[in-house]
Amino acid sequence: MSERESMDFDVVVVGGGPSGLATAIRLRQLAEEQGRDISVCVLEKGASIGSHTLSGAVVEPRGLADLFPDWKERGAPLNTPVTKDVFYFMTRKRALRLMVPPALKNKGNHVASLGALCRWLGEQAEALGVDVFPGFAVTEALYDEHGAVRGVATGAMGVSRDGTRGPNFEPGVEINAKVVVLAEGCRGSLTRTLTERFDLRKDCGPGTYGIGIKEIWEIDPAKAHPGRVMHSIGWPLPRDVYGGSFLYHLQDNKVSIGLVIGLDYANPWLSPFNEFQQFKTHPAIRALLEGGRCVSYGARALVEGGLQALPRLTFPGGLIVGDSAGFMNVAKIKGSHTAIKSGVVAAEAIFTHLAEGRTGEVLGYPEALRKSWLWAELKAVRNIRPSFHFGFWTGLTLAGLESHVFHGRLPYTLKHSKGDNEKLVPAAKAKKIEYPAPDGRLTFDRLTQVYLSNTAHEEDQPCHLRLTDPSIPLSLNLATYAGPEARYCPAGVYEYVQDAGSDALRFQINAQNCVHCKTCDIKDPAQNIVWSPPQGGDGPNYVDM
Amino acid sequence: MKAMVAVKRVIDYNVKIRVRSDGSGVETAGVKMSMNPFDEIALEEAVRLKEAGTVSEVIAVSMGASACQETLRTALAVGADRAILVETDADLQPLAVSRMLSVLAKREEVSLLFLGKQAIDDDANQTGQMAAGFLGWPQGTFLSSLKVDGTHLVVEREVDGGLESLRLAIPAVLTADLRLNEPRYASLPNIMKAKKKPLETVTPADLGVDPAPRLKVLSLAEPPARAGGIRVPDVATLVAKLHSEAKVI
Amino acid sequence: MAQLVLADHDGVTLRPATLNTVTAALALGPEVHILVAGSGVGSVAREAAAINGVSKVLTCDDERYRHLLPEALAPLIASVAGRYTHVLAPATTFGKNVMPRAAALLDVAPISEISAVVDASTFVRPVYAGNALATVQSADALKLITVRGTAFDAAGTGAGSASLESVPAADATEGASWLSEQMTQSARPELTAAKIIVSGGRGVGSRENFALIEALADALNAAVGASRAAVDAGFVPNDYQVGQTGKIVAPSLYIACGISGAIQHLAGMKDSGVIVAINKDEEAPIFQVADYGLVADLNKAIPELIDALKR
Repeated sequence: MSERESMDFDVVVVGGGPSGLATAIRLRQLAEEQGRDISVCVLEKGASIGSHTLSGAVVEPRGLADLFPDWKERGAPLNTPVTKDVFYFMTRKRALRLMVPPALKNKGNHVASLGALCRWLGEQAEALGVDVFPGFAVTEALYDEHGAVRGVATGAMGVSRDGTRGPNFEPGVEINAKVVVLAEGCRGSLTRTLTERFDLRKDCGPGTYGIGIKEIWEIDPAKAHPGRVMHSIGWPLPRDVYGGSFLYHLQDNKVSIGLVIGLDYANPWLSPFNEFQQFKTHPAIRALLEGGRCVSYGARALVEGGLQALPRLTFPGGLIVGDSAGFMNVAKIKGSHTAIKSGVVAAEAIFTHLAEGRTGEVLGYPEALRKSWLWAELKAVRNIRPSFHFGFWTGLTLAGLESHVFHGRLPYTLKHSKGDNEKLVPAAKAKKIEYPAPDGRLTFDRLTQVYLSNTAHEEDQPCHLRLTDPSIPLSLNLATYAGPEARYCPAGVYEYVQDAGSDALRFQINAQNCVHCKTCDIKDPAQNIVWSPPQGGDGPNYVDM
Repeated sequence: MKAMVAVKRVIDYNVKIRVRSDGSGVETAGVKMSMNPFDEIALEEAVRLKEAGTVSEVIAVSMGASACQETLRTALAVGADRAILVETDADLQPLAVSRMLSVLAKREEVSLLFLGKQAIDDDANQTGQMAAGFLGWPQGTFLSSLKVDGTHLVVEREVDGGLESLRLAIPAVLTADLRLNEPRYASLPNIMKAKKKPLETVTPADLGVDPAPRLKVLSLAEPPARAGGIRVPDVATLVAKLHSEAKVI
Repeated sequence: MAQLVLADHDGVTLRPATLNTVTAALALGPEVHILVAGSGVGSVAREAAAINGVSKVLTCDDERYRHLLPEALAPLIASVAGRYTHVLAPATTFGKNVMPRAAALLDVAPISEISAVVDASTFVRPVYAGNALATVQSADALKLITVRGTAFDAAGTGAGSASLESVPAADATEGASWLSEQMTQSARPELTAAKIIVSGGRGVGSRENFALIEALADALNAAVGASRAAVDAGFVPNDYQVGQTGKIVAPSLYIACGISGAIQHLAGMKDSGVIVAINKDEEAPIFQVADYGLVADLNKAIPELIDALKR
C-alpha cells in the first residue's frame, strides 16, 4: 500500500458526531487561547456532517455550555425548549399516566435535531481551523514499530465488488497523528478492532446495547405542540423486553417518534421494527399521527452499558470519547451532553499531553473524567438499566428506588452478565410473534421506510457486512434461531431467500439498504457479522434526524 | 486551449426530495447539496483533456448563492484550476444562466464550454444548447464520447434509438450524458490543495446580464400517489382486464 | 395566431411523438401548423398533412437540414416563429437538442417537457425526476415548448388535409457536420418514447431467460426495460435500465416481470399509466403500486401471456 499518500496532523478524530466535533473544537479553542498551533482533522464516513447522526432528541445543554458558554448567541440550533413532560404506561387500548421519573424531567432542555446540532458544530469547528472531511471512512488503524497506534487510514474508493480496482479507483490516505480519537458513536468499527487488539474490555464485561428506531412525521398543525415531550413504557413490548417510546414535538408541525428496545431481548421472533410500527397504532398515537405523513426514517444502536461497562478509555496512541466508549445516561435516554463533555475533557487532556511533550497514553483523560460532572451523573444512575435484567416489574421497582430514594448511593453495582448476542433463546423454545401487516398509512414495511432514510451505497463494491464464517447464518442462525437477522435488522438488509428450483433457503445480504445502525454487529448470536465501513459517503442521508 | 465547466449545486441525488406542504417549493433545510451528477461527468471530461495535454486550463463556474462555493471547491479538488462564482440571490433560470455563461466563455477566451446535459433539479435540459445559441458555436449535446482531432472534435451523442456521430469545429459547447466517463473521487490531499486555489466572485451585473426569471413557478406539487390495484388469479383474467377495463392493449 | 409544431422525423416518416405534440398544440388553440424541415422530405410532409387537426404544413426542403442539426434548424425555427404564439416540439432527443437553441436566438425562456396545458401561458412539467410537478407560467409573448409524448394522446391521422407551404431556408451556423449514426438493431420502440414497456428484474433469473421478456415485448410492440438488479446481474446492458439518473419512463402500460420493486425502480416508472406486476413473491413491494398483480412463475406466465395476446 505504498502508493497511499500520507498527511500529518497532531490529532485525528474518527467520526464527526457530537463527541468528535467537541474534541476537535475544544482543541482548537485551547490552541487559540494559548497561542499554540495544533492541527486537527475530523474524518466522517457520512456524506456530510450530520447525515449519519440520529437521536431523539431532547438535548441537555450542559455539555454544549462547557464547549460554548455563549452557544445561544452563536445560534446553536437549540430553540425548542421543553414545555411539558408526560410519561405513560401503555396497554393495548389505554395510556395510563405515571409520575414522570426524575431523570425524564426535561425542564431547561431542548427538543432538537442532533443532526442539525452536529452540522452547526461542524461549521464552528471549521471556523476554528479544524479540517473537517465528510465522505471519508476510516477503515484501519496504523501502528508504529512498538504496536502503538500512529494514525489511521481511509478506505479506498472505487473498489469493485470482487475487490479489484474499478475505473475510478482512488487509494485511501494515511493520516499520521500523535493522538487518534475514536468518536465513532455506538459500536464503532475501528473501536471494535482496537478494543480487541488492546483488550480494552478486559475489566468491564460485555456491556449492553439498545436499538432506537425513529421516524419524523409532519402532523396536522392543530395537533402540534412544539416542546412537548412524551415517553412511554409497556405496550406493545412484551414484559421481558426492556424498552420504551419517545415522542417529541418539534417546530414546523413535526414530531419525532421512536421506540428504543434493549438488545438483550431473548425471543428471536421479536422484530424491533414491527414493534415500532405497531406502537404507532396505539389509539393515543394514532390520533396524533393520522392525517399526517411520515417524512424521515432511521435507526441506530445505543450504548446502554453505563459506567460499569465502560472499556479502558485510552490505548497506546489514542483514546475513546462519546458513545464509542459508552457515556450515555440510560435513565435519561440521553448521551449527547455526556458525549460533548467527554470530548471537552479529552481535548483538554490531549492539549496538556501535547503541550508538555508527553509520550504514552493520555492518562489525564480518564483521570479528569472521574472528577467531572459526567462521572457523578453516570454513577448515580448506574444500577437502573441492569435492574431490568431481573424482569420488568422488579426492574421498574428497583429503578424507581434508585431514582427516587437512593440516587445511586447504594454501595453495590449491578453488572451486565453476558453479551446481548448470547441472550437469544432457540426459536423452538420461544413464543412466535405475528405482526399485523402494514396499512401503508400509519404503518409501513421496511423497504418503504428505508427509502425515507435516503440511504445509498455504491453497488459495485465489496460487501461491507462481512461474515467471519459464511456457513453460520444457515447452520446456526437459521437452524436454531429462525434467522433473527431478518427481524432485528431495521433496514431489510438480511434475507433468507428461496431460489427457483430449490427447497433450501439461501442467506442474502442486501448491503445497499444498510442504515449503519450496527445492530447486526451487536446482536448476531455468534458475533459472526462484522460491520465494516463501506465506501466513504455511503449510507443514510438523514435530514435533521 | 482553455475549457470552462459549468457546475450546478443541487439537492444530492440520493436525497428524496419533499415538496413543502404549501406547494411553495421543496424542503431544503438541512438537506445535503452536491454537484449535479451530469456536471461531475462534464468536469471529469475536461480534467481528462487537461491531463492529456489538450487543454491548458480548466475553469469551473457556478452561479447562485454563496454556498455554491462549496460546489466549486469540489470542482477544484477534482482538478479544475480556478473557479468563478456568479453570486446572486435571484431565482436563476437557464436563459439567464446560459447568457452569463456565454459572456464568461468569451471573457475567458475558452474554446470548450462543458456542461451536464441537464440538472437533476429542474430537469430543463436547456442551458448548454442555449449557451451555444448565444455564442454561435456548434453544440455537441448528450455526449457519450469525445475525441479531439486537431482543430475539430469528433463526438458521439446519445439519441433516441442509438448513437449519432458529429464533427464539430472548435470552439464548441459540449454537454455530458451518463456514459461519457466515470468521474473520479476527490482525494483528501486534493481537497486540502483545493482550499488554496483561486476562486473569483462576480455578479450578474458585472456580466451585464439581468438574472430575473422569465418563467414563474406558480406551484409545486407531489405527483398523485399510486394506490395498489387488484390481484388477478391468472393470465386470462389479466389479459381480459387489460383489454376491457384498462383498455391499454 | 396559430401554433407551430416542429416535426421529428427520420427523413422518411414522422416519429410518433410528433402526433402527441399536435394534441398538445391543439389544446392551445384550433389552428395548428407543422414545420417539416429536411432534405427530400416530401413523404414526411404528406404524412404530416394528413394529421387530424393540422391546417398547414410548412416545408423547408434543403440539403442543410438533412440531418436536422440544431446549428441549421434553430435559425429556421427562429425565422418562422414570429407568425406563431407557440412553437412546440416533442421532448425527444431531437426536440430537446434544437428547441433551446432556437429559444436563445429568439431570447425566449423555453419550457421543457410539459405534461399538461393549464392555459395558453401556463403549463405543468415534471421536475426532480418526476418526483414533483411544477406549474409554470411564461412571461414571454412567444412560447417555445417541448412536450412529453406519453402525457398527451396521439392525434389521429387520415382525416387531415392541410395545405402545404414552402418556406425559405435560413442561414445555418457553421461548424457542425454529421458523420454517422448507429441505431440499436431493434425494431422495438425506444424506452423513453414507448407506449408499452416490458421490464425484467432479478427474478427473470438469467441472461437467457431475458429472451422471454423480449418475446413478450415483441408480442406487444413494446420496449424492453430492466431493473438495476437485472443490469447488475449482467442480464442486459445498462441502457435498458429504468430509474437510472435521467431515465424516467411514463408509458401507458408498464409490465414489470420478476421485479421486486426496489424503490429506486418505482421512482423511475411510477408515472406509467397502468402498471402490471408479475412476480412469484407475493410480498414484493411492486404489488403495492401495480394496478394488476399476478403472483406467478414467469416461466409459466409469460408464455401463456404471449399466447393469449396472439389470440
